[in-house]
Amino acid sequence: MNSSAKLTPLHDRHLAAGARMVDFAGWDMPVNYGSQIEEHHAVRRDAGMFDVSHMLALDLSGAGAMPFLRRLLANDVLKLQTSGKALYSCMLNEAGGVIDDLIVYFISASEYRLVVNAGTADKDVAWMRKQIAAGGDNVTLESRRDLAMIAVQGPNAIERASRAIPELNTARGLPPPFSAVRLSDLFIARTGYTGEDGLEITVPAHRAADMWDALVAAGVKPCGLGARDTLRLEAGMNLYGQDMGEEVSPLDAGLSWTVDLRDDERDFIGRSALEAHGERKAFLGLVLEDKGVLRAHMKVVTPHGDGETTSGSFSPTLERSIGFARLPTGTQAGQAVQVEVRGKPLAARTVKLPFVRNGKILID
Amino acid sequence: MSNIPADLKYTKSHEWIRQESDGTLTIGVTDHAQEALGDIVFLELPEEGRSVEAGDACAVIESVKAASDIYAPVAGEIVAFNQAAVDAPESVNSDAYAAWLFRIKPAGEVSGLLDAAGYEAEIA
Repeated sequence: MNSSAKLTPLHDRHLAAGARMVDFAGWDMPVNYGSQIEEHHAVRRDAGMFDVSHMLALDLSGAGAMPFLRRLLANDVLKLQTSGKALYSCMLNEAGGVIDDLIVYFISASEYRLVVNAGTADKDVAWMRKQIAAGGDNVTLESRRDLAMIAVQGPNAIERASRAIPELNTARGLPPPFSAVRLSDLFIARTGYTGEDGLEITVPAHRAADMWDALVAAGVKPCGLGARDTLRLEAGMNLYGQDMGEEVSPLDAGLSWTVDLRDDERDFIGRSALEAHGERKAFLGLVLEDKGVLRAHMKVVTPHGDGETTSGSFSPTLERSIGFARLPTGTQAGQAVQVEVRGKPLAARTVKLPFVRNGKILID
Repeated sequence: MSNIPADLKYTKSHEWIRQESDGTLTIGVTDHAQEALGDIVFLELPEEGRSVEAGDACAVIESVKAASDIYAPVAGEIVAFNQAAVDAPESVNSDAYAAWLFRIKPAGEVSGLLDAAGYEAEIA
């Protein structure tokens, strides 16, 4: 381990469980606790959990919070009308590139919780502070490194989590999908990154290990970043830095549905660039028909021209290789293509995302 | 702690080599290698009859995580590959020394391989 590596409040638990640790964006994180594929299946079939404390929670508050977020984010927080409701959005630069993708939770019009990626956290905070200085009146931003986050995911996640967290069994304990509730010092969201039902539990750092132990006792299987990656890939969810980044428009990364252009008056950062360029690439799933494994940055040959894979791996649910690709516009789902895998052209076809949702395979 | 059988030879690139009584060499990847790779999902092994030089990347092992080359430890001719391992790549994870990958008929003297102690020092 690099001596300057950052450790989450659950680091000791990972070591005690015999996790294989890797560096992830400067954090010493578990990639698996044995078998990545078993962890993947645990989430699809039962319940697994991930330490996602390396991600950063930010509290944005003040009378100016709503207008500030309407300018900062490509999705429109005005959609959020019920306390606890969540929204997925990209935060763009002026050129329309993606600085980060994040989840924003609406507490009230003057109080929001944002959760941003680990690798981009410092950059995000700097960008937000710059925007606040440039005209975010009555806005306060607070980094919450005092919090830990545990994502419990899978068809039995809620039932098992309810055994560990009795408050979930109360009348307003369980939040509806894509919403969060505050239960004493916990912030519990019905969100995730796996395509399964589940909860993302934010807990004060000093109570994180106890929470982890209680979830283990309730039968939730610890899962590493390896399974997290194959689960999100099957679920058709983008990974920042891989499927999109500062040089990529959300319109070219399959994220048009998160860009809200309906309010003509809303001048969010990056809007004029997006409107000037429009969609320049098609973003689709790939299923490898031949034997082999797709990885990022492989050349994809289509009848409309060449494209490139942005993510790829072996799908434990489909038992074959899948990936995402940025392809020439006009490429549709169901197109036979060739992917250059280690120097050899292999047969693949394009599919609509996602591949898997709630345990079910959604492609042929 | 990795399992490193004393009766095998090894390479720095994590292949194990077993000397067979007919003079051929059986090649696989070490327990240390399979553990580092994680769940293995795909193997591409060399065809029988192919000539290889020592150090040639002649096979590919893909885990969920990444692809890695497997190198011929000596020059020679491929005389067999393990179809059972191709059909069940996870067998390399369950027992890296039972799931052999291919056999080479060496072209000449076999030299430059590590013994178990040498390999253990290599991965320490």
